[in-house]
Amino acid sequence: MDTSKREEHWRRTKSLMIVTLTIWFIFSFVVHWFAADLNSVNFFGWPLGFYMAAQGSEIVFVLTLFWFVKAQDKIDRDCDLAEED
Amino acid sequence: MAQKMAGGTFIENLPKIYGMYTGGFLVFVLLMAILEQMGVGADTIGILFVAFTIVIYAGIGFLSRTMAVDAYYVAGRQVPAVFNGMATAADWMSGASFVAMAGGIYFGGHGYLAFVVGWTGGYILVASLMAPYLRKFGCYTVPDFIGTRYGGNLPRFLGVVVLAVASFTYVTAQINATGTIAARALQIPFEVGVWFGLLGILLCSMLGGMRAVTWTQVAQYIVLIIAYLVPVFWMSNKQGFGLIPQFVYGDAVARITELEAFHGLGTLDPVAGAKGGLRALSVPFAAAGDTAMASWKFVTLVACMMLGTASLPHILMRYFTTPSVRAARQSVAWSLMFIFLLYFTAPALATFTKLQILDPELATGIIGKSIADVQALEWIQKWSNVGFAQIIDANSDGILQLNEFFMRGDIVVLATPEIAGLPYVISGLVAAGGMAAAMSTADGLLLAIANALSHDLYYKIIDPEAETRKRLLVARGLLLGIGAAGAFVASLKLTSILGAVAWAFDFACSGLFFPIVLGIWWKRANRQGAIAGMAGGFLAGTWYLYQVRFGGMDPWIGIDHLRFGIIGMPVSLVLMVVVSLLTPEPDAETQAMVDEIRVPSGETVLGSSH
Repeated sequence: MDTSKREEHWRRTKSLMIVTLTIWFIFSFVVHWFAADLNSVNFFGWPLGFYMAAQGSEIVFVLTLFWFVKAQDKIDRDCDLAEED
Repeated sequence: MAQKMAGGTFIENLPKIYGMYTGGFLVFVLLMAILEQMGVGADTIGILFVAFTIVIYAGIGFLSRTMAVDAYYVAGRQVPAVFNGMATAADWMSGASFVAMAGGIYFGGHGYLAFVVGWTGGYILVASLMAPYLRKFGCYTVPDFIGTRYGGNLPRFLGVVVLAVASFTYVTAQINATGTIAARALQIPFEVGVWFGLLGILLCSMLGGMRAVTWTQVAQYIVLIIAYLVPVFWMSNKQGFGLIPQFVYGDAVARITELEAFHGLGTLDPVAGAKGGLRALSVPFAAAGDTAMASWKFVTLVACMMLGTASLPHILMRYFTTPSVRAARQSVAWSLMFIFLLYFTAPALATFTKLQILDPELATGIIGKSIADVQALEWIQKWSNVGFAQIIDANSDGILQLNEFFMRGDIVVLATPEIAGLPYVISGLVAAGGMAAAMSTADGLLLAIANALSHDLYYKIIDPEAETRKRLLVARGLLLGIGAAGAFVASLKLTSILGAVAWAFDFACSGLFFPIVLGIWWKRANRQGAIAGMAGGFLAGTWYLYQVRFGGMDPWIGIDHLRFGIIGMPVSLVLMVVVSLLTPEPDAETQAMVDEIRVPSGETVLGSSH
């Protein structure tokens, strides 16, 4: 197997992992650290800090994950390392 | 279903089969509603709901029986991504999620939402760091990966120990929940209900292992999500909150904040004398603590739950059952989607229930009303009789104040249909949903423990020559034994449901998170490091839990017994890295193996039957 393809595949996989986990970190920790401040913002009736914990972060997680699956699949295909369909 | 192994036919027909099943279940619900109209008693309907669903699950379990090793351990690796997502969601959402979560939010407000965030975001870690690589590896169990990656029996054995402790803590709580629900629905004593619940759980898993558990979990997900969503939608539309309640309850949250001030939340003195497990409201709903300590407590709980999610073997092993690495990844996304449907509904449910109880302008409001009127309400009488609600007129003014009304958190899910005046058939449906949630999680956990003991301890360490038949008999014997041990411990009623559930996550992340992640992402990680990381993290976490919970030690900077993973994980990481760097790097063969699992295409590292 072509080692340069493998190296490219792993390099891009690592970058994708880092981007994904950065989004994860922001919406898991950073946003909630400042919940009390965000609560002064009114978001369609909700205090924003409460909203992010009750719904906002979870919506971001779901969207991020479907996006991640697509992006990783593209990396696999670009590098000819995807499984056969 | 018996032709499952005969090729693609069963798999191709899955949408049709489960579509018919869902239709059949809805017809059953309708039938119960008609029976109710005809005057059949509420008790009979409750019994029919629970009994009917358990018989269906047992039937699926029986039809999925198998004597093939890869069917027993990984469902033959042919579960499509979406269905595996449903099975994982049922595996994941326990009695605690179904019954206790909305009540926890009701009482705990913003602080409790750390569980909602923590129990969803962990799936990002599962998808990006773990599941696809473990699937490519081709292991049957999580210790199977640890044992092969690091080599030698000791890492494998430590993996089994952490898995068994974490999962057993968790399964006891689940058997407890099945016992509680069975006892109430079938009107039998709790101690009998626990064994009845275990019987249902074992009927689903004994004969068919992972294959049987997979197809019953899909069925259980369908029941539990219908049971959770129907009452909320019904109530929301009946009370005029709007068609899709999850998107419109912001104004209700704002109204609750007004009402809390109106009823004097935080200014009233606590009233003593409530029965055990009952609480009065004392925490504002939407406000977040504005101290660094409050934020710290929130994010540490989130961290333990998320990293615990990514280390719990009964979840990771669900992704061993997909047909490909790509399907494993897709399946994680679907799992989170299906879990999200329930988790973003729970805060909405808590909000509606709270508003209905607090708002004096609503017919259902009780706070600020005359105590004689409130005590005449049917749901207050019914739940007071079983010790779930209590009214104490502390200032003897005949008016119910906020600090004079006590209830158990479980009421928010179990009694809301009655509070909102929905027909009894909905309460029966909710009982069946709670039973499905607890049973499906208990099944996954029992199987995770029994599989690790039978595959890793018995077959890989004790008797590698054992033939297939004997291996599978041992696996079933262990399932029975561990289930009985769990039911016995549950019948002793030692811990509250929630405490035990959070501990399972802390045990798992303290001992397993870094050995699994670094095994994939850091080639330099070696056997000595893994042993130190697993044993050190697990022991440090356990020691801290013991000191804080039973030894009378003051928690360090707010890290209480729910968060002891915050102590275990850093110990595990540091030990693993330092010891790995001080000892020789893994051999070339191991490093090549790590390269191999990072690539989706090609054969799995371990053979399909090993």
